[in-house]
Amino acid sequence: MNGAELIVKGLKAEEVDTIFGYPGGAVIPIFDVLYEDPELQVILTRHEQGAIHAADGYARSTGKVGVAIVTSGPGATNATTGLATANFDSVPLVVISGQVPRNMIGYDAFQEADTAGITRSITKHNYLVTERTDLGRVVKEAFHIAGTGKPGPIMIDVPKDIFTAEDGDDYPESVHIRGYHPSKHGQAEQIQEAAELISQAKRPLFYIGGGMHISGAADVFNRIVDKTGIPTVSSLMGLGILDHARTDFLGMIGMHGTFAANMAVTESDLLCAIGVRFDDRATGDTSKFAPNAQVVHIDIDPSTMDRNIHAHVPIVGDARSVLEKLEPLLTKASLGPWLQQVTGWKKERPLVPPQSNSYLSPGDIIAELNEVFPDAIISTEVGQNQMWASHYYHFKQPRTWLTSGGLGTMGYGFPAAIGAQIGNPDKRVIDIAGDGSIQMNIQELATAVLSKAPVIVVILNNGYLGMVRQWQQMFQDSRYSSTCLKKKGECPEDCTEPGDGCPEYTPDFVRLAESFGAVGIRISKPEQIRPALEQAKGITDKPTFIECIVEPEANVYPMVPPGAGINEMVFED
Amino acid sequence: MKHTISLLVENHYGVMSRISGLFSGRGYNLDSITVGPTQDPSVSRMTLVTIGDDQVIDQIKKRLDNIVDVINVTDLTEKHSLYRELVMVKVQAKSGTRSEIIQMADAFGATVADMGAESIVFQLSGTPDTVEGFLQVMDEFTIEECARGGVIAMEGAKKHREPSQTNTPPTKRTTDTVI
Repeated sequence: MNGAELIVKGLKAEEVDTIFGYPGGAVIPIFDVLYEDPELQVILTRHEQGAIHAADGYARSTGKVGVAIVTSGPGATNATTGLATANFDSVPLVVISGQVPRNMIGYDAFQEADTAGITRSITKHNYLVTERTDLGRVVKEAFHIAGTGKPGPIMIDVPKDIFTAEDGDDYPESVHIRGYHPSKHGQAEQIQEAAELISQAKRPLFYIGGGMHISGAADVFNRIVDKTGIPTVSSLMGLGILDHARTDFLGMIGMHGTFAANMAVTESDLLCAIGVRFDDRATGDTSKFAPNAQVVHIDIDPSTMDRNIHAHVPIVGDARSVLEKLEPLLTKASLGPWLQQVTGWKKERPLVPPQSNSYLSPGDIIAELNEVFPDAIISTEVGQNQMWASHYYHFKQPRTWLTSGGLGTMGYGFPAAIGAQIGNPDKRVIDIAGDGSIQMNIQELATAVLSKAPVIVVILNNGYLGMVRQWQQMFQDSRYSSTCLKKKGECPEDCTEPGDGCPEYTPDFVRLAESFGAVGIRISKPEQIRPALEQAKGITDKPTFIECIVEPEANVYPMVPPGAGINEMVFED
Repeated sequence: MKHTISLLVENHYGVMSRISGLFSGRGYNLDSITVGPTQDPSVSRMTLVTIGDDQVIDQIKKRLDNIVDVINVTDLTEKHSLYRELVMVKVQAKSGTRSEIIQMADAFGATVADMGAESIVFQLSGTPDTVEGFLQVMDEFTIEECARGGVIAMEGAKKHREPSQTNTPPTKRTTDTVI
């Protein structure tokens, strides 16, 4: 059996059903093995970055390991943004890259790049396979490391002559890696200590993050919240663990967190943080973060303990495993005044979509999505579209929220949505995008059309790179430097609003979608929102772009200015 | 504070750059790094000398431990440990100063590795303090070249026999311990 055949045997042993990829000279042998294989579906994307993001969306939405194959040199370098995105958000991927034959490595061969060197710091682990006899073990280890502990992407760089080298067909059944023993269970005495602190607290608060999705902790956490009555806030990545409609769920914290969530963190006396890493966008000024609280920190990565926020009780373990041990130790708390306070904050400053007289409101569009697509998988690009999606879509289920939280990758949402759609053919998948970010991987329209993936892309078209423009408006005296997407060479530098001289469309997203064989709809009035969404709902064999002409200068509020404490929010009014 | 961290790592290509890359990528200070095989040919020992406050050192150790190819992380600074460094130094030594230089070097236990018409090469292995002191003295003369090997270190030998396993309950914390 040659190396390529052994890899494919390994993929099947790992129950892979879908591979995203893009061929090239160095990976011809493995694509040849995949040709006419009835068990493995190969999705040809239009760019390697799209392939990795699609595998990422597939992995986040299904909980399985996502798989992609790219060629050497530019194939591998194009994959890097996808790898870094997945690495930051702990998404399990196995990415196989071709490499030039072993006897040509180091000779500046055509399409040679030091893939292992380039990807070392943006993967959980990576390999350059130097011996055909190592190949089976490496593939087995890659799947094991990708999917266990704190998950992450693994890159396997395979020289072309190893794909073609004949050797044994053994694919190992188990792995033994001396240096890899992720902690899972958490220490009993620390869990006991956490339970005591939680029980004694007068103003306790749960703070949940992406680790809750990864560990599958939603059910046990919901039971704990029901049992104790303790309110919950979430990071961007933790949305979907608690039903948005619950009165004890206060929403997201941080730079664009809700008033109630940010105030609750600031006033809490016990913060039980689970599956979070206290990212700077969530904490704001760390010296003002939860200043009155004892912190219980549950996370599988020991390096998150005490990194940004001091943990009084650090518990290194898998969120689900630790919560299962914590559950019997907790009882119904008597929290009357605290619950009144958090409910009061919720009523005092609810999230209200920004309104506009002559344009659509982005918030209204997303709010309408709740009516037409209440159980969708939502992906986003990065920027205002991402924050509005987190504010106004009502998440109810785990693994229905795909967003690049850590790396903040524009261009993530559309290919991720395609991957999620392929992994979840019975669900509706919607990418909430901006007119800037959708153009970063728009070539994947071809992938979606040919895969008959009925992904819906809601483009909130404001003609700007909206989030940067918002910062320029707030902190740079409205100097909209390089953020206007309609700016022509002859435009004045100090322009701050669209006028008659602006090009009407750049691009015309409706015609662009149609040119790929997708459906394009453009709306600009509130009464068009519902019919457009209903029309898209009826289209089940091709993607639909819904271009929404929204208020050019709509801003995301609340906003915590950079460097401030999260209780120091700025509001629109 | 200065910390000496000893690592046992898989003896693979690329492991050194995983370790040094962690330091360069995250802006940690790396004073010296040495690597060599151990009695087990599949395992290498690396000795790192790094400087940082407690929080930074804590992060360095945790992040080193997260690297798949790292089998074991030991902070020798917290233990009874032995440190050694090898240095070679080429000192200008013309006929008038030659015997004085040799006498000084001898006082540090340095030996002559090579001798030429106008210079002498000394070698010395000793604690990092001894090596530092020797170089300061040699600097009184003219140092033409200097090559330091970086610190190697290991835990000292135990001064008492291990109590027998059956009489003592295990005190080792589980792998779930926050390290």
